[in-house]
Amino acid sequence: MGRGPSDLAIFVGKRLLQLIPVLFGVIVLTFFFTHVTVVNPCALWYPHAKPAILASCESQFAQPVVIQFLTYFHQLLTGNWGTSQYGVPVMPQIMVALPATVELVVASLLLMIFIGIPLGVVAAQSSGRFADHLVRIFYLSGWATPTYLGAVIAAIFVGPFLGLPTHGEYTSSPPPFPQYTHLSVVDALLAGNVPWTADALLHLLLPAATLAFINMGIATRMTRSSMLEVLPLDFVKSARMKGLTEFWVLYKHALRNALITTTTVLGVTAGGLLSGTVVIEEVFTWPGIGAYAYQAIGAGGYPVNFDATIAIVAIFAIGVVLANLVADVLYGILDPRVEWR
Amino acid sequence: MAPVRTVVAGRPGATVRALRGFASLFVVLWRVLKANPLSLVGFFLVAAIVGAAAVMVLSPTTLAPYAPLAPSTDLNAVPSWSHPLGTDEIGLDIYSEVMYALPLDLGIALAIAGSAVLIGGGLGLVAGFWDRPGTVGGAGAVAILRITDIFLSFPSLILALAITVSLGVGVWQATLAVLLTWWPYYVRLVRGEVLAVKHLPYIQAARAAGVSDGRIVLRHVLRNILDPIVVYFTMDIGTVLVVFSTIGFVASAVPYPSATPEWGSMLSFYQSTQLINLRPWLVLGPGLAIFVTVLSFSLLGDGLRDVLDPRSRRVLASFGSAVATATPGG
Repeated sequence: MGRGPSDLAIFVGKRLLQLIPVLFGVIVLTFFFTHVTVVNPCALWYPHAKPAILASCESQFAQPVVIQFLTYFHQLLTGNWGTSQYGVPVMPQIMVALPATVELVVASLLLMIFIGIPLGVVAAQSSGRFADHLVRIFYLSGWATPTYLGAVIAAIFVGPFLGLPTHGEYTSSPPPFPQYTHLSVVDALLAGNVPWTADALLHLLLPAATLAFINMGIATRMTRSSMLEVLPLDFVKSARMKGLTEFWVLYKHALRNALITTTTVLGVTAGGLLSGTVVIEEVFTWPGIGAYAYQAIGAGGYPVNFDATIAIVAIFAIGVVLANLVADVLYGILDPRVEWR
Repeated sequence: MAPVRTVVAGRPGATVRALRGFASLFVVLWRVLKANPLSLVGFFLVAAIVGAAAVMVLSPTTLAPYAPLAPSTDLNAVPSWSHPLGTDEIGLDIYSEVMYALPLDLGIALAIAGSAVLIGGGLGLVAGFWDRPGTVGGAGAVAILRITDIFLSFPSLILALAITVSLGVGVWQATLAVLLTWWPYYVRLVRGEVLAVKHLPYIQAARAAGVSDGRIVLRHVLRNILDPIVVYFTMDIGTVLVVFSTIGFVASAVPYPSATPEWGSMLSFYQSTQLINLRPWLVLGPGLAIFVTVLSFSLLGDGLRDVLDPRSRRVLASFGSAVATATPGG
């Protein structure tokens, strides 16, 4: 217990170890939900297959569910996450799609930080007055907008109105340079291609802004309420008495202390952002794991795929846990009273 | 000084005291709502929405001129006095469809949030109160919390979608799917509140006076953790509505058109099948309905928090609102 680097390492290590039972639980739950509720998926997967192929598929599902699970888990321990019903391995596909989602989520987190937090400061500063109400209407509007509604309105009305692209990562795909990282903006930058970088940024703007607008409320509200707690304190008064400008008082002295709670909340919000990508990526045809999840779980007329569903749910669970871990570490860095344990 | 009170069977005056407490709560509610006009708007909107839903259940023709499966003769009408939200290509009146969906969407949101409070809250109460390590209760608490953690690390929307799709399309399936992912939040919330309250002196005093555990939980703990739960529940109704309609949108959980339309499925149907950039009202109608409903409950919840949470009440007071002298009864 303490605040040294070794304490931090032990803290992170412990939390990563705790990921194992969570991951196991998630996999078991998803496996049983899918396998118990969909008794015979073969007819769904291969509607026009020959009887022989159908029979070999059905023989897999003839065994008791527990035996099926043991078979699946044994295979999983060798690092094989299974295949789609067309025989394509699941995990490589997810890994190719993952960076696009990371890019989208990070972009909207940045928007939330650089727009949502200052809005919270403005609201706290003018608490109970017009600007406060305006900010409240703004973030409650985002809160009250279901992701799909925001995405549909952005893609069909806002995008064409502002002349912003609403489809994919680039205007034409694939781009004329190698995609090392699969992060659209970073790849274009690495290639030193300015027009394509601008193109990638424009394509990123609308989906990221939609995702940010919908999830911004919690960051703004937390910033507002913790600013309200901090502003009457003595150190803020003394900063004012030193003759600092209001800007420095608010954004350096007060905000630094108010940010401690906001950071934690942003970590929790990451889960919401990940869930949001399922709809956002499908509407904006963004090639990430959200769109992959949409198809894997059998939405939009695709047949449900067990292996892909389990793998994608596991990946999302890892994402949520890691986001919480990052938030906890940031919390500890921001607040010198916290000890790692 | 108050006269010494004796406890008589039947507790005369209990109703009066409850009424007085209720009345003083209303006074505070009214003052805060007045100080915070947006909450007042939320309060009246929620009242109007619940009222409209009740009318739609009792006598739908009062508010909705066209039945859900009975198209009018106007096809693709733009919004007008006779069709406030226009009509679609087979002549269904969008306004009537939206109104018919109101009781279903609101009822499901209430049912899911309500069941989640009972299930999750109950488990949280148990896990928070009987958590001494080495006892049966302690082991149970650990088990409850571990399972809760697993559910919480799921992105609930994805799990709910996967469950809906596996269970098959339908209102009940979607409701069950959301409920399965919804209760864990209340375990955390209620357990946290119980832990904060259970070591306070008045609980110790009750225990020292020989009050049984069950009675302490029901009369002393529960009463004092109710406020944050009420606030969370109010805001949660909106959130549940968003998630349920998202499942309707993505998985078309409630087939549309039908005798019982649902906003999310309705929006999904229109955005995929018709030229919505030419007829935006088809999407904006149900979209606006969800938006206004969720917004109203959020505004109300926000206002309730200011009333019930002593910390924000103090902040309100320090900013010169009328609540400074008022304290809620009870």
